[in-house]
Amino acid sequence: MTDVLTRESRLNEDDFAPAQTSESVEQISRPSLSYWQDAWIRLKKNKRALISLYIIIGLALFTLAGPLLWRVDPALQDLNQISQSPSMPKQAIVVGPYQRWRGVTIEGFPAEPDEYLDTIPAPTGLHTYDDPTTQSVRLVWDPVTGAGGYNVYRNQRKPETINDLGLPLGGTLAGNEVSYEDRLNLERKTYYYSIVPTDGFDESSQYAILKVTPKLAITRDDALTRGLIDTADNVAFGDTINLEFHPFGTDYLGRDMLARLMQGARVSLFIGIVAPFLYVLFGIMYGGFAGYFGGNFDQLLMRFADFVVALPFLLFMILFKIAFGIGPGESGVFPMLIALVLLGWPATARLVRGQVLQIREQGYIQAARLLGATHHYLVIRHIIPNTMGVILVTLTFAVPSAIFTEAFLSFIGMGVAPPTPSWGSMCNEGVKTMLSHPHELFFPAFFISVTVLAFNLLGDGLTEALDSRLRSRD
Amino acid sequence: MLYYILKRLAAGVITVWFIATATFIAMHSVPGDPLMNDKAVSAEIRKNLERKYGLDRPVHEQYFLFLGNMLKGDFGISFTQQNRKVNDIIRDHFPVSATLGVLAILIASTGGVLWGALTAIYRNRLPDIIIMFLVILGISVPSFVFAALGQLLLVNINKLVGYSLIPVAGWGTIWHMLMPSLVLGLGTMALLTRLMRSSMLEVVNEDYIKTARAKGLSPTRIFFRHQLRNAILPVVTVLGPQIAAITTGGFVVELVFAIPGLGRYFVQAVQQLDYTVIMGTTVFYGAFLVFMVIVVDILYGFIDPRVRLQ
Repeated sequence: MTDVLTRESRLNEDDFAPAQTSESVEQISRPSLSYWQDAWIRLKKNKRALISLYIIIGLALFTLAGPLLWRVDPALQDLNQISQSPSMPKQAIVVGPYQRWRGVTIEGFPAEPDEYLDTIPAPTGLHTYDDPTTQSVRLVWDPVTGAGGYNVYRNQRKPETINDLGLPLGGTLAGNEVSYEDRLNLERKTYYYSIVPTDGFDESSQYAILKVTPKLAITRDDALTRGLIDTADNVAFGDTINLEFHPFGTDYLGRDMLARLMQGARVSLFIGIVAPFLYVLFGIMYGGFAGYFGGNFDQLLMRFADFVVALPFLLFMILFKIAFGIGPGESGVFPMLIALVLLGWPATARLVRGQVLQIREQGYIQAARLLGATHHYLVIRHIIPNTMGVILVTLTFAVPSAIFTEAFLSFIGMGVAPPTPSWGSMCNEGVKTMLSHPHELFFPAFFISVTVLAFNLLGDGLTEALDSRLRSRD
Repeated sequence: MLYYILKRLAAGVITVWFIATATFIAMHSVPGDPLMNDKAVSAEIRKNLERKYGLDRPVHEQYFLFLGNMLKGDFGISFTQQNRKVNDIIRDHFPVSATLGVLAILIASTGGVLWGALTAIYRNRLPDIIIMFLVILGISVPSFVFAALGQLLLVNINKLVGYSLIPVAGWGTIWHMLMPSLVLGLGTMALLTRLMRSSMLEVVNEDYIKTARAKGLSPTRIFFRHQLRNAILPVVTVLGPQIAAITTGGFVVELVFAIPGLGRYFVQAVQQLDYTVIMGTTVFYGAFLVFMVIVVDILYGFIDPRVRLQ
């Protein structure tokens, strides 16, 4: 006990100097951020939402700046190029107009077989007479003893047996006529030609096969009329020229799919973005005033909103579309827009009203009121900006549903009518040739899906970013 | 309880009246008139036709006539299909649409609850990731694409089997209903799966789950009796609006699969400007949907005892 006292008495002045702290004092570690700055930072951390945002910007560029780069008329019909699949740039050889080919007949070789053999051997030396093109494939072979004619078959895969030779094209009726010219719907594919000798009646069991890949050919006159070359003067036969390039293929009228997708995006995105924007705006005003004034006024407004919600949406979309003077078969972007706005607003109105009812009771509103703020000022400056987060999320989620509605209506033939392209109406056209030309359905459907997906994911990201309760988790 | 139901029904009747009025106004603001399409009818025939359909009377009289007939349950005679009453059309074709819709709702709700629960159990593991990817696909791909792909799938299945195992289009047997109702329910199923997943994940952290676990209940019992039952409630609330979505979504499916449902009739009536059919179908659908929402709301009260119906 005494020891302690003596130790205390030994305290000197140094003991009262402020202690050195090894740890840094608690600081404000985060910069002061506004609500929107904070939301933006958190949105940027969300990879999915950010990628979606880039996709949306990309889509906007695709439809707005795309036609400046890709100067192909989306309405131009090219019946020579119907339903082409997507491909790399194609080149074709310029050829002269088709000239009749007399074929090859061997003089001195018997046309009728001298004796009937049990098995006529397969002809040898099967080759093409000149460069095979899509204009014509000319086949020549050596005559076979015992043959009184030859049958020609064409297949798109290599024949396995004699029963697998493919399409019978025709043939010759004499043993010394040893040539055949194929001009039947030739495309730039690989064909397997088979020559089967006959004795005039029956086919032999032996045959010769030749694999031929004809080159794409275009006559000079054709190239001129299709505008691929300017003059015929400096283009010789045998030159290669570039054909029209359709990276996404063409549709059933030979229109360029890429150009149509770009133009279709305008209709789809215009309706998809402008309509929600308008009805959300209307919903904000409607719900804002209902919530702010409350009482009977609020009850009346909200009952009316309930009735509008109860209207069967798609049926009334169609009804309004007719009511605004667009009969079936006419393009109706604006009637569709008006119908969407007339039917879409109540959801936002309800939401905003609920928010306003909450915010109205907050301290800062009462403070502002105490300072003599007018109704107008309170609603515009305090209440609506504080509901902006919720509204932005609603808007983002409203876009996909509006795009779906447009696509749906156009698909059943009640929306945008041809020739105006929209993604929905392109799907409508593409679904008819789905089996043979799947790209005509795939591309518009893909664009609808990607857009809807991007807006949905962005909406999810915004919901998280704008929810200030989640902020403390970071 | 009874008071609540009566109150809801009364509100429903007013809503149906509102729908009828909106339909009437919409149809009467259409430029031209219903008889415009008939090729060059003489003035006398036209007059007779107008009298037959009551078009020669003032608008307000037509309105009250329309309301009066509707109260009697009479929607009039079709403009384009002579001698066929709108009531007959509804009676013939609505059951088809309703069957399709009920099947689709069943598939969507059982599928949604099942997949949603599964994803919640396997949270952030492979099944969850796969199912959620499919869900995103289901939400963002338009229904007509699914319809087309579904038909394509059937064609290929039949080709593989060698004979017509499942019919590609048409209506009649249970086999006809399989693919259309699946396609129709797909979008809703995706939506419900997402909802069910988040609601399951929320329920997991509730105190009563911890209590149940502390009591030593088996995990299966906790899952079925406590977790699933509570998580299902939000799914039931959205079922009402989803019924509406499925009913109208049936239009496309009926068109693609050539099903003789009311939706296809409606689209056809609009294309032919068949006024009585359009008005009758719209009011009928509207009334049906209003009724369904009321039924779902009342059911909700039974399922969730915490909800007091007032």
